Amino acid sequence: MKKSKVIQSLISIGLVIVILVVLNNFLTSFQARIFNLCGIYIILALSLNLINGFVGLFSLGHSGFMAVGAYTSALLTMPKEMKEMNFFLEPIAPWLLNIELPFPVALLIGGLLAALVGALVAAPVLRLNDDYLAIATLGFSEIIRVIFTNTQSMTNGALGLKGLNAIGISGKSAEGYWWIWGIVILTVVFMVLLINSTYGRAFKAIREDEIAAEAMGVNLFKHKMMAFVIGSFFAGIGGSLLGHLMGTIDPLLFRYLLTFNIVLIVVLGGIGSITGSVISAIVVTIAMEALRVLDGTMRFGSLVINGVPGTRMVVFSALLMIVILFYQRGLMGTKEFSWDWFKKLSFKSKNAKIAKRM
Amino acid sequence: MALLKTDKLTIKFGGLTAVNSLDMIINENEIIGLIGPNGAGKTTSFNMITGVYTPTEGTVVFEGKDITGMKTHEITKLGIARTFQNIRLFKDLTVLENVLIANHMRFGSNLLSAIVRTPDYMKKEKKAYDKSMELLKALGLDDVKDEISTSLPYGKQRRLEIARALATDPKLLILDEPAAGMNPQESLELMEFIREIRDTYKLTILMIEHHMAVVMGICDRIYVLDYGVKIADGTPSEIQNNQKVIEAYLGVD
Repeated sequence: MKKSKVIQSLISIGLVIVILVVLNNFLTSFQARIFNLCGIYIILALSLNLINGFVGLFSLGHSGFMAVGAYTSALLTMPKEMKEMNFFLEPIAPWLLNIELPFPVALLIGGLLAALVGALVAAPVLRLNDDYLAIATLGFSEIIRVIFTNTQSMTNGALGLKGLNAIGISGKSAEGYWWIWGIVILTVVFMVLLINSTYGRAFKAIREDEIAAEAMGVNLFKHKMMAFVIGSFFAGIGGSLLGHLMGTIDPLLFRYLLTFNIVLIVVLGGIGSITGSVISAIVVTIAMEALRVLDGTMRFGSLVINGVPGTRMVVFSALLMIVILFYQRGLMGTKEFSWDWFKKLSFKSKNAKIAKRM
Repeated sequence: MALLKTDKLTIKFGGLTAVNSLDMIINENEIIGLIGPNGAGKTTSFNMITGVYTPTEGTVVFEGKDITGMKTHEITKLGIARTFQNIRLFKDLTVLENVLIANHMRFGSNLLSAIVRTPDYMKKEKKAYDKSMELLKALGLDDVKDEISTSLPYGKQRRLEIARALATDPKLLILDEPAAGMNPQESLELMEFIREIRDTYKLTILMIEHHMAVVMGICDRIYVLDYGVKIADGTPSEIQNNQKVIEAYLGVD
């Protein structure tokens, strides 16, 4: 039983890799870029889902942690000349100027620093619950953004950083593609293993009933902190990948709107479902681009509709409302994908036939 | 030997003294009842013993150790488990998962070994599973182990709550109105059940209950609270004939 599960999981991962290889050969560079963005949103959605969905802490501080990761890895990978070009208003702090690390190291440091900031924010904030927690985390993420806007000699302030290209991702490159999707696979595997471990059960217990969980011997603060730190770590990783995909970062990118995008993906996919987050991250990211048609001028025979910029967001919101009306708990609820579905499906049809005969 | 001892246990919420100077001694293997009219401070006393509230004054001593002001999860580890007045199951989780969570604190493994699934972790996981299944079987819940906990009928939900508390390996089990919402027949079965688990798991039981038939039927001794003050304690027959208790329940002219 256990072994077959492992084999099934390995087959799933293999299948995903095959699909990725195929897509890598077929996608145009624009499509590949959108697809990479899907991957990044998967990482971000999973990290937020761990905090919001599995532990039930309504945190809205994600963009702050992403900013920490993005800036850290950007500054650590950028060559000296590029830094000098970027920092023309005020020279960069000397200790930062000469650092140039390989991308994976910078990425890891970015994640760890985001996790550290997550821990620092969590320590006071986790005393709060529900709405209060949401407001406090939102506040902290704005604080982080404002700090980044004002530390001119370290982050280049409002001018932002341009020319991030450590993984050659701006443009179509196999390297960047595999960096992103490799990390997506690692993140998904990590989350699945975490959620199905005893820690995952403890997290869900806290979500369902804090008082009962504590009476079962679950240390509330420790576990909430753990989830928050892990979530911030992956937010930092996602943030730095996003920065490298965009090629340019500035503090305005990390406004609360970015957090709400991720919240939207998580809620739509199902709060507390890994599968849901993955599906919804892909669907939402692609839909945002695909609906761009609506912004332009459309012709239906003789009828010409002049495009109004922003129409796609109206349509998108309407679609969202429809989904939320019909699937109140998101597309997946708290359910997860499993190979047993297929077994059940075939069983069901057989049983239905038998039932009809009787 | 006294397993649990509360000494002048007092809690004040603003100007209201919810429990005033409560002295209790609970010996090993006893079944103790805590009764009193609504708002007498019974559940509040439970909350102080289990660390949900910190008493304003007084101490709680468990197995000779002062546990006053300790966190709930630490107290659970020491061996006090409880159920709740209004059932507090982990709603979206299965029956088995509900019981497994009580084993989490005994894993002692770190996060990394759980993620990598080290052999040591897997061994503990297996042990937790076997132990939980054994418990579910003993309590007649093994056939519904994969059901979502809230889909169970009410009686079984109560039973699951007790199973979950037992899974923490308690020495003292605290039951908050276990017979609430049960009909006389079910209450009688519950009495038998409580006696049974006391003997099987070598427990000491402290319970709040309003069904007098249950309380008088199984308790070795009873404490009576009224307006936060202990007005009587003694064996069931002593309590039944205690003038103060009768007044508290029926009122005086």
